[in-house]
Amino acid sequence: MTDVTARVMSDAVDGLSQPIDAPTLGAPNPEPTLSIHVASLIATAAASDDGGVHGPAVTVAVIILIFWLGTRNMKIVPGRGQAALEAIFMFVRNGIVYDTLGEQRGRRYEPILMTMFFLILGMNLTGTIPGLQLAGTAAIGLPLILAVVSWVMFIYAGMREKGAKFWKDSLFPPGVPVWLYVFIAPLEFLSTFIVRPVTLTLRLTMNMIAGHMLLVLCFTATQFFFFTVLADGNLLGLLGVGSFAFGLAFTVLELFIAALQAYVFAILSAIYIQLAVAEEH
Amino acid sequence: MNIVGQLAPLAFGLAVIGSGIGVGYVIGKTIESVARQPELQGRLQSLMFLGVALTEALCFIAIAVAFIPFPAP
Repeated sequence: MTDVTARVMSDAVDGLSQPIDAPTLGAPNPEPTLSIHVASLIATAAASDDGGVHGPAVTVAVIILIFWLGTRNMKIVPGRGQAALEAIFMFVRNGIVYDTLGEQRGRRYEPILMTMFFLILGMNLTGTIPGLQLAGTAAIGLPLILAVVSWVMFIYAGMREKGAKFWKDSLFPPGVPVWLYVFIAPLEFLSTFIVRPVTLTLRLTMNMIAGHMLLVLCFTATQFFFFTVLADGNLLGLLGVGSFAFGLAFTVLELFIAALQAYVFAILSAIYIQLAVAEEH
Repeated sequence: MNIVGQLAPLAFGLAVIGSGIGVGYVIGKTIESVARQPELQGRLQSLMFLGVALTEALCFIAIAVAFIPFPAP
């Protein structure tokens, strides 16, 4: 190994060992990167395959628009819109992040958890908006990426606060007879590093797919009963009233589930971080 | 007599028995605790949703099985 490569490598290692601060709203000069990122995101996402409206692109645009308009002109005595935004922000910050991680540690991970919450909430809500139809999170790509982000985040948190002890604590939990580690270490590895991201992904995706299928079932049944059976003069077609009512009820349920899944994803990410940094005794 | 069909819905039905019992247990215990200490309702409710989400994950894994492209025999 030459001197140059050695120096480059040691520089890289130094760079890694530096504490990387999570981006905050008050970070110096965040505008250029943000605007480039957002513009390219919309430009690539807006090109839908079938030439229709692209749900995720619309969602991202709407989220950005709401937060830009809502936080553009902040006042000490908030107006109605600002108060509503602040209420949601306060709920995510206090109810999800600070409750789980504590205030000091929570401040570090608050931006990314809040981003996750609002992205998932927006993408879930596209499932119930007519014209956009399928939720952005019903395709497995987005939840998978978010789960990987959460996975990297809790490993990073553990490594940052406990170093190598993080691996020891998570693979070899204390208080267990030594010979049992033969069975426990693989199980712990499986449950912590494989099952967690997989369940995060599947829970979100399958919730959205199952909800969508339920709505499809109800509304196609309505269509069939009204326009095929009832049009033939068969009074059994009046069952369509029932399936339509169920469809509407499940739409409301989907709205609730959209918010609930965003909450669950964010709070589980926070709990995984908390478990990674917790001191074992 | 030949019966042709998919086994995936049957497997899903079996999987849902377990997580259905689990979700019912979580919610029932939460109702019990709220009846005992109504002032803790908010905290218990968020814990309940967490427990429900963790239990539900099992039946969502079962749905996902239907999407695995098994090779035809």
